[in-house]
Amino acid sequence: MREMISMIVVLTVLTAVSGGLLAAVKSGTEVRIENQVLKFQKAPAIKELFPKATNNPLAERFTVKDGKTEWQIFPTKLPDGSKAIAFETHGIGFAGPVGLMVGINLKTDHIVGARVTTHSETPGVGARAKDDPTFVSQFAGMSLDKKFAIKSDGGDIDGISGATFTSKGVCVAARQAKEIYRKLKPEILKQIK
Amino acid sequence: MAQSLAKEFTKGLWAEIPPFRLVLGLCPTLAVTKTVENGIGMGVATAFVLVFSNLLVSMLRNLIPSKVRIACYIVIIATFVTIVELLMQAFTYPLYLKLGIFIPLIVVNCILLGRAEAFASKNSPILSLADGLGMGIGYTLALGALGGVREIIGHGTLTFWGGTPVFEMGAWFHPFAFMIQAPGAFVALGLMLCFMNLMGKQ
Repeated sequence: MREMISMIVVLTVLTAVSGGLLAAVKSGTEVRIENQVLKFQKAPAIKELFPKATNNPLAERFTVKDGKTEWQIFPTKLPDGSKAIAFETHGIGFAGPVGLMVGINLKTDHIVGARVTTHSETPGVGARAKDDPTFVSQFAGMSLDKKFAIKSDGGDIDGISGATFTSKGVCVAARQAKEIYRKLKPEILKQIK
Repeated sequence: MAQSLAKEFTKGLWAEIPPFRLVLGLCPTLAVTKTVENGIGMGVATAFVLVFSNLLVSMLRNLIPSKVRIACYIVIIATFVTIVELLMQAFTYPLYLKLGIFIPLIVVNCILLGRAEAFASKNSPILSLADGLGMGIGYTLALGALGGVREIIGHGTLTFWGGTPVFEMGAWFHPFAFMIQAPGAFVALGLMLCFMNLMGKQ
């Protein structure tokens, strides 16, 4: 009995201390990590979405509130004068959340493009969603009325063979983007200049 | 004391250098050593975890009940691995992107649990620290060497930090891309093991 109690006490104390330590490190590095993700994940994705942007979407970013969640919006001016926005949504892939940066044209409500950002998918399998943009480029030019799901789910997107979960995760993120866009468009138009 | 301290430290550098002599921790050894930079980055991350997990396991060795010791070791190791992952995201994001999934996988690296079980749980904190440091540096050197061999043959370059190669083979050299693919890792490791065995033969 005494042995049992000592086992329970040691494990409990050890995990509690570990948890506290991790929370401290996490909150200490949070701001820095966010900046690094912005610099190395979001900035290149936005640059690929809007290669000819005439403004700096990163510098002009603003946040829009939807209930309690805040959405970071990157506004862009395209060379033909029309305005577009990009923002990041998440879906669950095979090994964790998959981030998708979606660009939408504010005038036509068409998707300009989409790029995978943060993910933890298997290298060479699910990670192809990011490394090989042919999959996400299917979204480019699509109207928001299309069904963002892979073909085996009755949608309009060809999945990546061997990476069904990743493909589904990306589609979930795209559907979320559509929903958020429709809900927050008036608010976004108010804040955009 | 000083003598045994030096002995525990230096054994990880040559006599028991982890991937070549102990042949432990092969998953990251094979998977990430495409370049010197990746190899050294992985080695340093593992060394950091190894030093702290050895120290903590040794300090707590009389408190941890033997029946739950593996669970306790894993908690300690996993905590430090997560700390390394967060620190790498905060300070060396490009390297973190290259190593990716292999950073969290340090938790299941045999070297960490192996040293905790075989050494740190039986020796004093100072000796365990020396052992962890020696093994960690040895692991880093081994991964760096393997990465160097693969990068020179596969890319024709040698890049330590940043992206500017410190050494380049001339235009006459045709990179042998096989070496930076997965099968090349086995070939390179096999050749290194063979070399180490030849060197160690009396």
